[in-house]
Amino acid sequence: MNNILNYLSLWALPALLLLILTAGIIKKVPIYEEFTSGAKDGFKIAINIIPYLIAIIVGISMLRASGAIEIMANIFAPILLKFNIPADILPLTIVRSLSGSAALGVFSDIANSLGPDNYATKLAAIMVGSSETTFYVLAVYFGAVKIAKIRYALIVGLLADLIGIIAAIFVCQWMFA
Amino acid sequence: MNYIFYLLIIFSIIIGAINGKLQDVVNAIMDGADLSVKVAFSLIGIMAFWLGIMRIAEKSGIIDWISKILKPITKVLFNEIPPESPAIGDIAMNFTANAFGLSNAATPFGIKAMEELQTENKNKKSASNSMCMFLGMNTAGFQLIPTTVLAVLVGIGYKNPTEIIAPTLLVTTIAFVSAIVLSKLFEKLWKPQLQDNIQGGNER
Repeated sequence: MNNILNYLSLWALPALLLLILTAGIIKKVPIYEEFTSGAKDGFKIAINIIPYLIAIIVGISMLRASGAIEIMANIFAPILLKFNIPADILPLTIVRSLSGSAALGVFSDIANSLGPDNYATKLAAIMVGSSETTFYVLAVYFGAVKIAKIRYALIVGLLADLIGIIAAIFVCQWMFA
Repeated sequence: MNYIFYLLIIFSIIIGAINGKLQDVVNAIMDGADLSVKVAFSLIGIMAFWLGIMRIAEKSGIIDWISKILKPITKVLFNEIPPESPAIGDIAMNFTANAFGLSNAATPFGIKAMEELQTENKNKKSASNSMCMFLGMNTAGFQLIPTTVLAVLVGIGYKNPTEIIAPTLLVTTIAFVSAIVLSKLFEKLWKPQLQDNIQGGNER
C-alpha cells in the first residue's frame, strides 16, 4: 500500500506535465509562447504578497520571541494533561497553526530527544503531518488578491486546527496506546 | 485583519516585556521581515514555472474539462461562482498538488484560483464565501503522505514509519471535513459586506 502511495507521489508531477504539454500540442496551442506569458505573472505575484507576508511573519516571529507560546501552552496544560497528553506536545499544538518551520523544528526536537518508541513522538508526527500552517496560507492566498477583510476565514482555520488536534489525540490513543 | 495584526504585536510586546525578552522581540522584527522577503523570493521561480504550465492547461481546455467533471461537488461547495468558471479547475489542480505533497506546485495553483474567485467577488477588499471556503480547505492541509514527517522519523531510526500514514490521513480528513462544514456554517452567520465601510467600524 505504502509503495503504491510513494509511487503515486513520485509520478504525480511528471504525469501532470506530460498530460498538460501533450494536450497543448494536440490542441495546437503555441505552448512555448503561452508558457512564457503565463510565467511572467510569477514575479508580480511573489512581489505582491511581500507586504502581507511581512505583516504576518513579523507578528508571529515577535509572538514566538516573547515567550507567549510557552505561557499559552502552560494555560492549556491542565486540560491536556487530563487526557494523558505528554507535556512535550503542548507547544506544538499552538505553534503548528503559526509557523510551519517552527512546528517541524519542535517535532524534530521531540523525535530526537524522546526517540522512536515514545508515544509523544507518534502523536507529534500525526499532529504535524495532518496540518497546514493556517496563518501562512492566509497571508499568501489573501495577500495575492489584496483581501484585507478576511471575515470568518481565520476562525474557521483555527477551529479546524483545534478539531485536528483533538482528532489526533483520540486517533493516536486508539491506535498506539 | 486590523485587530489580529494589532493584537499580535501588542500582545508580543507586553508578554516580551513581562518575560524580560523584549530584546528578542525587537530582534524578531528584523528576522521576520527578512524571512518574509526570502520566502517571497524563493517562490518566484517555481511559481513562474507552474503559472506557465497552468496557462497551457487553460488554453488546451484541460482546466475546463476538470471543472466539468467536478461540477456536482463544486456546485455545493462554491455555490456563488458559475460552475463553468476556470476557478474550479484551478481549485482542483491545487488540491491534487496538495494531496501529493507538492506544496511548491500547489501554491501557484491556489493563488490562481484565488484570482479567479476575486473576479467573481463583489467587494474586492472583503473575502467572498467561496474564498473563505477555499482558504479553509487549504488551511486544513489535506495530504495523502506526510513526506517531511516521514523523513524525520526515518532519521531517528523509527522502525516502521509508515504506520503513521493511516492515522495522519484519518486526522487530516477529519480536519478537512470540519473546515468545509464550519465554512458553510459561518457563511450563513457572517454575511459579507457588500459596501466598503470607510469608517472601518465593522472590520476584522
